Amino acid sequence: MSLLEEELRKPTKPAFVGATAAAGRSESEDALADVKVVEFGAYAAGPCISKHLANFGARVIHVESRQRPDGFRLQYPPFKDGKVGLNRSGCFAFFNDSKRGVTLDLKNTEGLRLAHRLVEWSDIVIENMRPGVMARLGLDYESLRVRQSDLIMLSTSNMGQTGPHAPHPGFGSQLSSLSGFTHLIGEPDGPPYFLYGPYIDFVAVAFGGITVLAALDHRRRTGEGSYIDLSQFETGVQFIASAAIDYAANGVVANRDGNRDAAAVPHGCYPCTHDEWCVISCWDDQEWERLCHAAEQTRWLSDNRFANAVSRKEHESELNQLIADWTREQGAEHLMWRLQCRGVHAAKVNTVRDLFTDPQIAFRNIWQEQQHPELGNHAYRMVSYELSETPGSVRRAAPCLGADNEEVFVDWLGLSRREYEMLSEQGAFS
Amino acid sequence: MLLAPYHVLDLTGPLGFLTGKIFGDLGADVIKVEPPGGDPSRRQAPFLKNGNGCRQSLYWLACNANKRGVTLNLENDKGRELFYRLATESDFIIESFPPGACAGLGAAYNELSRQNPGLILVSISPFGQEGPYKHLQGSDLEIMALSGAMSLAGEKDGEPMRVSVPQAPMWVGAEAAMGALTALAYRSTTGLGQQVDVSAQVAVMSALAHAPAFWDLNHVNPERAGVFVTGRSVLGAKMRVMWRCKDGWINFIIYGGTAGRHTNQQLITWMDEKGLAPDWLKEIDCNTFAVTNITQGEVDRLEAPIADFFAAVTKDEFLEGAIKRQMLGYPVATVADINRNPQLQARNFWQDVADGWSGKTLKYPGGFAVVNGQRLQIRRAAPCVGEHNEEVYLKELGLSRKEMAELQSQHVI
Repeated sequence: MSLLEEELRKPTKPAFVGATAAAGRSESEDALADVKVVEFGAYAAGPCISKHLANFGARVIHVESRQRPDGFRLQYPPFKDGKVGLNRSGCFAFFNDSKRGVTLDLKNTEGLRLAHRLVEWSDIVIENMRPGVMARLGLDYESLRVRQSDLIMLSTSNMGQTGPHAPHPGFGSQLSSLSGFTHLIGEPDGPPYFLYGPYIDFVAVAFGGITVLAALDHRRRTGEGSYIDLSQFETGVQFIASAAIDYAANGVVANRDGNRDAAAVPHGCYPCTHDEWCVISCWDDQEWERLCHAAEQTRWLSDNRFANAVSRKEHESELNQLIADWTREQGAEHLMWRLQCRGVHAAKVNTVRDLFTDPQIAFRNIWQEQQHPELGNHAYRMVSYELSETPGSVRRAAPCLGADNEEVFVDWLGLSRREYEMLSEQGAFS
Repeated sequence: MLLAPYHVLDLTGPLGFLTGKIFGDLGADVIKVEPPGGDPSRRQAPFLKNGNGCRQSLYWLACNANKRGVTLNLENDKGRELFYRLATESDFIIESFPPGACAGLGAAYNELSRQNPGLILVSISPFGQEGPYKHLQGSDLEIMALSGAMSLAGEKDGEPMRVSVPQAPMWVGAEAAMGALTALAYRSTTGLGQQVDVSAQVAVMSALAHAPAFWDLNHVNPERAGVFVTGRSVLGAKMRVMWRCKDGWINFIIYGGTAGRHTNQQLITWMDEKGLAPDWLKEIDCNTFAVTNITQGEVDRLEAPIADFFAAVTKDEFLEGAIKRQMLGYPVATVADINRNPQLQARNFWQDVADGWSGKTLKYPGGFAVVNGQRLQIRRAAPCVGEHNEEVYLKELGLSRKEMAELQSQHVI
C-alpha cells in the first residue's frame, strides 16, 4: 500500500456535531418513536417501506393470514439450507426485520373486527393488495376515514388505484420492463437484460416512504390525514425522467449503450485477474492523461486516435480493447486504489459476496445480525441514510408467521387473555 | 401541499439534484444555489435541442424542476455571508460536496444550528461522509460497480452492465429525501435538527432485492444470468425472462404456485386460440404446477412453444392481451412506448410545463404520487441561471438594488 493510499484509507472523526449534541443531549432517541404502522401487504413494495420506518423506531405490525401467508415466505428461494418452510425464507426475512408479525383471517368476522382495531391503533396504514381488495373488506380509506379522519393511508400498486389498467396484477420483475429500465441495459445490438429482481419495487419503496413521512408531518401540523395513491409504474418513470423528456422534446428514443457514456471516454468495465472486473471512467483530457501515467502506458498518450474526447469516442472500442489488455493482468481492488490515488475514477465490481467484506459497507455497519428461531444468527441490511442524533438500526429479526399475535393483541391493543383465547378458538387468527 | 411551510436550500451537484426536486414536488420552497455563471452540469450531454443553437442539459432540466434558482459564490466571504442569511431562514440544507472538501460547511452548520436549532443538513455522497472510501471519486459507473448492481446484470460470463440512464443519482436522491423526512419527524417532536449522511453505494443496494440473502443464509453468490433468471428453483434451473416478439422484447417469467396459476391458464388458452398450444401443454394442471422444484429439462420443454407464440405478437398486442386476461408480464417498453401508454394518459401523468429558457413547452413526467385525489404538480420548469436572484435577494432578504449591483460586480452572485 502506498503512503497516499494509506492516507486515503485512513478513517476520520465525524466533522459535524449537530444541534442535539450541541444542546448537550447524550443518549439517542428514535426519530420515529411513537409512530405506529400497520401493513396489509406482502412481497416487497409494501413491506419494505415499513422496514425503513421500523429501523428508525416506528412500531410496525405486518398482517398476514395462515391461509395466505406473505408470498415471499414460500414462493422464492433462498430457504435456509435449501429446505422450504414458512419461517425459512431469506426473501421474506430481508424485507421484514424490526417488525411484529400477526395473523388475521379477514374472512372471519372477528378477524376483520380485529383488523379494524389495528387500524384504529395505527397512525399509518400501508397496503399493496390488488386495487379493490381493501374496499371489499371495508378497509378502504373512504370507509376508514369516517371514524379516523387523521388516518394516513398508502396504497401502492403496479398501476395506481385509478385508470383502465388499475386492476392489473403484476410483479416488479416485469413492471421494471414496462417502465423502461430493461430496455436501457445491454449492448445496443443485443438483448435487454434483466435487472435481477423487482427493481422498480424499491424505487416505489423510496417514493412511498417519502410520501408517508411528508403526510405524517402534515398531520402533526394540521391534524389532517391523507390518502396516497402510489403507482409503481409512475415512480419508475421518475428514474428515467431525462430520457422521457428527451423523447417528448427531441424525439430521441434512448437506447441501451453497454457501459458507454455520452460525456466520458473511456467509460467502461474491464476484466481483471481471478474473474473479477473493474470500471474506469475519464471525464476530461486531464483525467485521461492521469490514467495513461497511472497505467504506465505513455504510448496511449502519443496515439492520435486518443488525443481528445472526440477522437477517443470515435475509437472507443479499440481503446477499450487496449485498456482491457492492461487490466487483465491486475487485481480489481488493487487497480481501484492505484487509479483512485492518482485521481482517476475507478472501482471494483463488487459481487454480492463482496458486499459482505467491502470495508466501506462494514464501516457503515450495514449488515446487522439478529438471532432468528429458524434462520439462526443472520444478517439484515441497514438503509442508506444515517441520522447523526437518532441513528437507525435493525431492531429484531423478521417475525415467524403469527409469532407476535399475543403481544400485539393483548399487550398493545389491550384484549384480555380470555378474549384473546376466545377469538383464537373462533378462528380470528387463522 | 404536504410540505408547503418548509424552505430548502439546495447546494447539490448532479448526484443530489433529485432530493430537492422531490421536496419541490411535495410543495416545499426549494432554492437551487448555483455558482455565478451557472452550474457546470448544465452543459452536460444529452441536451435539449433548441432552435437558437444553445444547448441545455436534459438531466439538469428534469431534476431541477419545482425549484427556484439563485447564483451565489460560496467561495468568498461576501458569498458566505449571504449564504448564512439564507440558511438562517431555511429548514433543510442539501449538499453533495465531496466529503471533507468543504470543511467550512461543517463549521457553518454547527454555528447555524445554534441560531436555528431545527436546521437539518442532508449530505449526499457516493460512499458516505466517513470511512475508507470517503475520498474516492464516484460517478454513476463506480457507484453502480461497488454497490453490486452491475455484477447482477449482463451475460453470465460477459461484462457486468450498468443502466444507460444513470441510476445512482436517482437512488441516492430519493433515499436522501426519505432520510431527510425521517429527521423532520424527530424535529417535529423535539424541535431539533441533525445531519443526515446518505451513501449512494448503499442506496443502490436497494436495487439488489433479496440477492444478499442467498449469500447470508446459504453462501450462494448470486450471479448475472443474461436474459434468464436463476434462483427460482431450488434445483438451480434458469428460466427465461426476455423473449423476442414481433417488434421488440417481452418480459415474461413462468411462475408457479398461486402466483402463476391464473397466468399459466390464460397463456395456454391464448396460445390455443392461435393454434400454438401443444396437447401436452394443455394437460398441465395449473392448480398444482410449481417451479420451486422444477428441472432445467422441464423448463426448456415448456419454454419452446411459448417462444414461438411470443414471436408472433407485437409489444402492444401483448400488453393489451395481458391486461385483458389479467396475466403477469409486460413488454420491454422504450420511452416512446411509455409516452403513449394509455394508463399513464388516463391518470393525467404527463404535464406540460413552460420552459422560460428554451421558450418551449416541455412534457414532464408528473408528480410521483396522487395525494387526496390530486396529483403532485410540476409547478415550474427548472430555473434559468440566477432567475430568482431579484426575488430572493431583493424582495425576501431585503437587499437594496445598490447592494445587489455590487455583489454582481464582485462576482458574488
